[in-house]
Amino acid sequence: MKKMHSTGIKFVILALLFALVFFGSFWVGRYDVSPLQTLRILADWLLRTLSRGRLALTQTWQVRAQAVVLNVRLPRVAAAALVGAALSTAGCAYQGMFRNPMVSPDLLGASTGAGFGAALALLLRLGYGAVTGLSFTFGLLAVLLAYLISRVSKIQMTLAMVLAGVMISSLFTSGTSFIKLVADPTDQLPAITYWLMGSLTATKARDVQFAAWPILAGLVPLWLLRWRVNLLTVSEAEARSMGVHTGRLRVVVVLCATLMTAGSVAVSGMIGWVGLVIPHFGRMIFGQDYRKLLPASSLLGAVFLMVVDDLARTVTTSEIPLGILTSFVGAPVFLYLILSGGTQREH
Amino acid sequence: MSIEVKNLRFCYGARPVIGDVSFTAEKGELLAVLGPNGVGKSTLFRCLLGFLKPVSGEILVDGKELGAYSRRELAKKLAYIPQSHTPAFDHTVLDSVLMGMTAQLGVFEQPGQAQREKAMQMLRALGIEKLSSRGCMKISGGERQLMLLARALVQDASMLIMDEPTANLDYGNSCRVMERVKKLGQAGYTIIFSTHDPNQAFSYATKVLALKDGGVMAVGAPEAVLTEDVLSRLYGIPVARCEMETAFGRKTICMPVPGGTEGA
Repeated sequence: MKKMHSTGIKFVILALLFALVFFGSFWVGRYDVSPLQTLRILADWLLRTLSRGRLALTQTWQVRAQAVVLNVRLPRVAAAALVGAALSTAGCAYQGMFRNPMVSPDLLGASTGAGFGAALALLLRLGYGAVTGLSFTFGLLAVLLAYLISRVSKIQMTLAMVLAGVMISSLFTSGTSFIKLVADPTDQLPAITYWLMGSLTATKARDVQFAAWPILAGLVPLWLLRWRVNLLTVSEAEARSMGVHTGRLRVVVVLCATLMTAGSVAVSGMIGWVGLVIPHFGRMIFGQDYRKLLPASSLLGAVFLMVVDDLARTVTTSEIPLGILTSFVGAPVFLYLILSGGTQREH
Repeated sequence: MSIEVKNLRFCYGARPVIGDVSFTAEKGELLAVLGPNGVGKSTLFRCLLGFLKPVSGEILVDGKELGAYSRRELAKKLAYIPQSHTPAFDHTVLDSVLMGMTAQLGVFEQPGQAQREKAMQMLRALGIEKLSSRGCMKISGGERQLMLLARALVQDASMLIMDEPTANLDYGNSCRVMERVKKLGQAGYTIIFSTHDPNQAFSYATKVLALKDGGVMAVGAPEAVLTEDVLSRLYGIPVARCEMETAFGRKTICMPVPGGTEGA
């Protein structure tokens, strides 16, 4: 029972850390707003939203400060938390389902598909909303294709899915390269390239609203089913003999993870490594049980991406794309995991 | 709890693996399945667990056709103990045992205090409660087999299907695991296990099913059915059988006699 106790404490610490980083991220940036003002602005906003405009705090802050906090920083911090949680949870679920700790959420082509969709929208100059919309659609489409191919194929389902995913990913990557080739090098090409690097610079409230739905639609079922994800990590025969419909469960996991990944990439662009590395930290701290691991990965992912985004805004005078920073952090950590044997058992 | 198999046939594509196998296993019986490599023991088990659909024939579990059970219902009748357990991640022993209770939980439900207590009780009964928080890949093969046994027992199924339960165990551990299995049979479980050691059939089984070339070569009480002739033909080597006086009474044992001629 002592063990349960320590898990509870770890979760309390993690939740506190989340709250700290969440609010802390509001006063990171060039425009100076004091912590107290920030909290007042947020409280005022929350009050007005919940009471539908009937209640408000006395305004003791500048209009400019309010605009910065609510229109720039709130969407950005919320997006970082959502995307971080989504990518990390999706990766965590995939690692269990594919019985492989080296798997990331873009395994089946969700990210490359979404990247292609965004590049296509930028090429066709379809406008800002279409970039998000097409990106999300193509992310789903890529995984749907991989799934259908694996259904038709005669080889074992998960292996077929991985192979089909690799093929589909490569196809969409080539498609994106082709779009870059024909894009106008003065404005379109930089826009596409920058988008693909992943960034939350231009995130608006409507982006967050758009991404929140698929992300929550994936996150909630996975949280509810997290005990059963454990059973996907033992052999197929064992799981089935214990009464689990492994086939159905796999489809649900793939669907949830895809919704989360495509929703994330649609607003943030390609942000690598989060879905691969963060679950490993979760495993080190909370162990292998998905009852604890999945919520822990969500929270850790959110904290991680908020911190990285804070760095992206402050380290240099011009912003560094998030995708580059997560790789700078993720790759060495991954290398360390490989060299140290990670949390995996010895062979 | 009983299982009845009637005229079972199974093919992988055009290749017949099991042709016309019939047998029954009643409550309290320990059925040993013997046969050379590749004879279809694992395939038979996969049919019994409902993973493979036989080409023809019937499998009746408690008088009801196997296909009529849902996965969850079947999990409450049959528990499966695999030959080896290699999860992708190193779950603790307690969590591994808790997995056995999944069929008793709702789809979104998680094991709670009651399940944890039941799992611990089972680990205690098998003498491995000290391992509960250890990683299941960091314990010995014998301990892992006992853990799988605990997992099968908390599943509340009255029939156990064990695929070579002692394949990876040393001399002492295989004996200890089989003694446990024998006690479970005496406690009323129906147990079907496969083995490559005919002596295990003599020591523990109440009934034996010898498979050869996809069909049944012999079925019945081990002492009566496993004659020198049957054993020799089953494995294609000369086998001698004898009675041995031990401190615990007369035991039947057999051994291969290389260099000897069949039936000599």
